[in-house]
Amino acid sequence: MTQSVPEEPASVDADLTLYRLQGCPFCERVVRTLQDLDVSYHSRFVEPLHSDRNVVKRLSGSREVPVIVDHNTGVTMGESARIVKYLYRTYRGGR
Amino acid sequence: MRRKVVELPETDHVEAGEQAPDFTRPLVTEAFWEDIALSDLLDDGPVLLVFHPMDGAFPTTYVYNEFLDRGILEGPAQVVGLTISTPYDHARTIEEEGIEAARGLYADPANEVADVYGVTHDLDGMTGVEEPRLSLFLLEPDGTVAWTWVADAWPQFPDYDGLEDALAGL
Repeated sequence: MTQSVPEEPASVDADLTLYRLQGCPFCERVVRTLQDLDVSYHSRFVEPLHSDRNVVKRLSGSREVPVIVDHNTGVTMGESARIVKYLYRTYRGGR
Repeated sequence: MRRKVVELPETDHVEAGEQAPDFTRPLVTEAFWEDIALSDLLDDGPVLLVFHPMDGAFPTTYVYNEFLDRGILEGPAQVVGLTISTPYDHARTIEEEGIEAARGLYADPANEVADVYGVTHDLDGMTGVEEPRLSLFLLEPDGTVAWTWVADAWPQFPDYDGLEDALAGL
């Protein structure tokens, strides 16, 4: 098992990476916020089973999603309410 | 070994010496899946693009077993599978087949990439379902097809010795 978190694909030019679970309402809330604020994002999907989410644990210390990695600020953050607050604070003025 | 097989119709597929068409699809690894372009992978070196039947079909298992036996997943090309199975199927297949050393498996449920490469296979007895026919494309980092093998019968297994020679010639 690789211990590092792989880099984003070179062709992706997004403000941040979003670690998400398909259909997870907390993740969708973050997606809606990113779209409202017109912040570009690259999605990485993990599996429903917590034990299959080691990459998220390596990033944030917990296996919960959503997690964002903001390439503009260097911030890595979990918990959707906190993320939404952070996104509004950082990006409300527009990109 | 002689066995009864079904001949597949002739196909105008991508040939050696041609440029491999670029595409983007979700690439599944042990850790997660994300959209990745073929050109992103080529930035890291040569790629062995393997179109294969859906996950769970025995030819798929046989091909990965042979790759494991011959050490083909260890390089020098990044091995990338592609079929119509979903990311969830691919994640399970990577674990069950023990092919974590492959670069990843592309999920293309609409079978559009196989269509662009000219390697589709309409499945008899499964209405509305098509998948790729088994085919290998060894790609130089600039996207040129260095070597290819495309099944013309079903089932039919690749020319593994030819593949190993082509890998040695990269």
